[in-house]
Amino acid sequence: MQQVQKILKEHTMKIVLVLVFIFFTIITPNGQMFDASSFDSLIKQNAYVYILAIGMLMCMLIKGNIDLSVGSAVFFVDAIGAILMKKMDVPVWIAMLVMVLVGLAIGALIGWVVAFINIPPWIVTLAGYLAFRGWATALTDGQTIGGIPEGFTKLFAGYVPDIFGNPTCNITCIIIGIISCIAYIVIQVISRNNKVKKGYEVEKLSALIIKSVIITAVIMLFAYKLATNNGKGIPFYLIWVVVVALIYNFILSKTTLGRVFYAMGGNVEATRLSGINTKLILFFAYLNMQFLTVIAAWMAMTRFTSASSKLGLYFEMDAISACIVGGVSAYGGSGTVFGAIIGATLIGVINLGMSLVNLDNNWQKVVKGLVLLIAVVFEIFNNRKKTKA
Amino acid sequence: MAKVLLEMKNITKTFPGVKALDNVNLVVEEGEIHALVGENGAGKSTLMNVLSGIYPYGSYEGDIIYDGEVCKFNKIKDSEEKGIVIIHQELALIPYMSIGENMYLGNERGKSYSIDWNETYGEADKYLKMVGLSDSSRTLVKEIGTGKQQMVEIAKALAKHAKLLILDEPTSSLNEEDSRTLLDLLLKFKKEGLTSIIISHKLNEVSYVADKITVVRDGSTIETLDKKTTEISEDRIIKGMVGREITDRFPKRPNVKIGDVNLEVTDWVVHHPQYPERKVVDGVSMTVRKGEVVGIYGLMGAGRTELAMSIFGRSYGTGIEGTLKLDGKEVVLTKPKQAIEHKIAYVTEDRKGNGLILTNPIRVNTTLANLDAVSNKSVIDFNKEYQVAVEYKEKLRTKTPSVEQNVGNLSGGNQQKVLLAKWMFADPDILILDEPTRGIDVGAKYEIYCIINDLVAQGKSVIMISSELPETIGMSDRIYVMNEGKFVGELKQEDATQESIMACIMRQERGE
Repeated sequence: MQQVQKILKEHTMKIVLVLVFIFFTIITPNGQMFDASSFDSLIKQNAYVYILAIGMLMCMLIKGNIDLSVGSAVFFVDAIGAILMKKMDVPVWIAMLVMVLVGLAIGALIGWVVAFINIPPWIVTLAGYLAFRGWATALTDGQTIGGIPEGFTKLFAGYVPDIFGNPTCNITCIIIGIISCIAYIVIQVISRNNKVKKGYEVEKLSALIIKSVIITAVIMLFAYKLATNNGKGIPFYLIWVVVVALIYNFILSKTTLGRVFYAMGGNVEATRLSGINTKLILFFAYLNMQFLTVIAAWMAMTRFTSASSKLGLYFEMDAISACIVGGVSAYGGSGTVFGAIIGATLIGVINLGMSLVNLDNNWQKVVKGLVLLIAVVFEIFNNRKKTKA
Repeated sequence: MAKVLLEMKNITKTFPGVKALDNVNLVVEEGEIHALVGENGAGKSTLMNVLSGIYPYGSYEGDIIYDGEVCKFNKIKDSEEKGIVIIHQELALIPYMSIGENMYLGNERGKSYSIDWNETYGEADKYLKMVGLSDSSRTLVKEIGTGKQQMVEIAKALAKHAKLLILDEPTSSLNEEDSRTLLDLLLKFKKEGLTSIIISHKLNEVSYVADKITVVRDGSTIETLDKKTTEISEDRIIKGMVGREITDRFPKRPNVKIGDVNLEVTDWVVHHPQYPERKVVDGVSMTVRKGEVVGIYGLMGAGRTELAMSIFGRSYGTGIEGTLKLDGKEVVLTKPKQAIEHKIAYVTEDRKGNGLILTNPIRVNTTLANLDAVSNKSVIDFNKEYQVAVEYKEKLRTKTPSVEQNVGNLSGGNQQKVLLAKWMFADPDILILDEPTRGIDVGAKYEIYCIINDLVAQGKSVIMISSELPETIGMSDRIYVMNEGKFVGELKQEDATQESIMACIMRQERGE
């Protein structure tokens, strides 16, 4: 019984995610939530949230800092990109490079003010929130710039082509799914064997098998659904998200750089006296946030194939919510890439489900607010119990 | 026989998995100073928390009989109404409020909708005078030192009409002089009829001030020593605390050869970071040799920590002047990282504040100052890291079920060991230990001293900053005495006595 409780506690958000998904499958007309197209939209609509949430996670790990400017920065970067591509006919790759440079410049500015002038991040990024949206609107004269070149949009909004050309079921997609499953299992088995060889504690074999079965089942469900979405297969958005997530997961869990982020979240002063340049790390967190914002900006622009003044609105809130719901501590020091992804997915599922049942847009915001609040309260209670025991 | 003011009968308090108090009995008579001593985690603070209502009635077993009646406190306010006031170890004053505001916080003078500031400050000044403070109660708390803050805490307790005052480690952050003032104050109030319970690690203070001493060990009261009937010596108390006799409080150092000078500081000046015109360290020169333990004795605020941190990669202060030579070569260290690379380690006095990451496991804390040693092209080798943590855990005999345990769950002594492990793993030649035994119990202190001996036996140098005279004298080969930012004396071990050290300070205070 205690074991069950422990498992429930550790995986609460994942279980909630599954329950919410089932709930919407039941209440949507014809179980639309479980349709192949819903899986596709879930990825398309939330790709930018995943990317921004990972950047926000890095900021939040350091004492719960946030970046409020990312939504406006998305619009600003996109406005520049759209002007370059559409109005000035600059080649796509040059435009993308300029967008990256602009993003890095913004990040360097914010990071410098936060880390080296020592201004609270929320004030600095609030300034960015106001200034970049205003500036970008001025640049575009408040007009929507449409007709973004296809050479750019297909990098994100396209699909991995099917080498077998089956019109109803994308075989490539299934194969990639199977390969991912095998890769996952092989990595798990190798790392477990290594631990056993060196005599370290390992999780029970049964737990490993159950975990592997669940993970492969989820991967294959996605592979099957995406493959049968009129044969479209894997959207490039998903590839981008997976690559970014894997890289950042590696950085945070395996490298000294990642370790420093967690250490700073626990005690900045102790980390500084351990010979670590804490200001540089804080600077890097904000630089990195804006770098990821550029990727999110590409995703947002390709999805709408235009840059309009509403682009990127509330993106920062989506990213922060995803982190909080995904168990990232609002006080810093704990949280994982995987957690942020679960959080983003949960919010994505709720969003999609609510629009499928045609819930009024304003009520959708109320629901999202409640979800956020419940998640934070839940985290606090969970931690309190842990410290008491 | 005097009237019994408080009797705690068969108090048992359990936390999930641990019995913190087991049938504890405590009798306190009116008008006495009763000391509670015991090792860390023995249950002293828990007992006082039961008494003051922090753990409400019903969450423990047993009875509290105070002033002749059984008490059922549900919150601190209940016990305060009866005149039981507790002063916690960590100062609980709000720095940006005035002394007067702090004293009447939650207990404001005047009507419920408007505070009578004249009465507040008038009353506050009255109580401040009683504790011997001449500061105005309108002064902000952040502008007075820790010694005075502790006095404000006592004034605050008096303002609540305390009959029974409980002080939890009141002198742990005070220097010798302020401690003495505080203890004398307690003796003065005793004459006026105030009863106090004092929890302390400092046995010399306990034997100075207490009428009775109750020893707590492993959640039980072992014995109560009465000054009237038994001779109380520090050794006698220690025997009760640890359950065996400790014959020597400072371990003998095997003959360590003292080698060449490996650290030399000349005319070192450090200015305060916020008030750059103020010199915190003023023209200090010192040398440290290989294999030597150099003690820096000084009172709190003498500039010891500031001196150490400014040497450690300028991690404190501005406008640092003077030269630093390592092995005869002049170096300029501007970052902690450079100091570590030049094999200097600074082990902080404030292990919770800037030494350890309490929410992280021992493993992570152990390697933080030398992550490169357990990583390969900045990818951490977790196996190696784990082995390192286990190795140091065993070497320093840190008591913990596993190195994956969060440091915050360890006792003070074990935390100090983790902190030492962290810096030993950084492989320094010179270790600056700032108050290495603050707030840890007798047994753990002894172990820390043994570690210091091992370090110098390996040819490393140790600079030990301390405000405990016996420790400084017992451990150092050579002692620098520091006061008001200056070195006011240098003594060899054979010349060092409590009197000769204090004389150095007095000479300077008199301006000779």
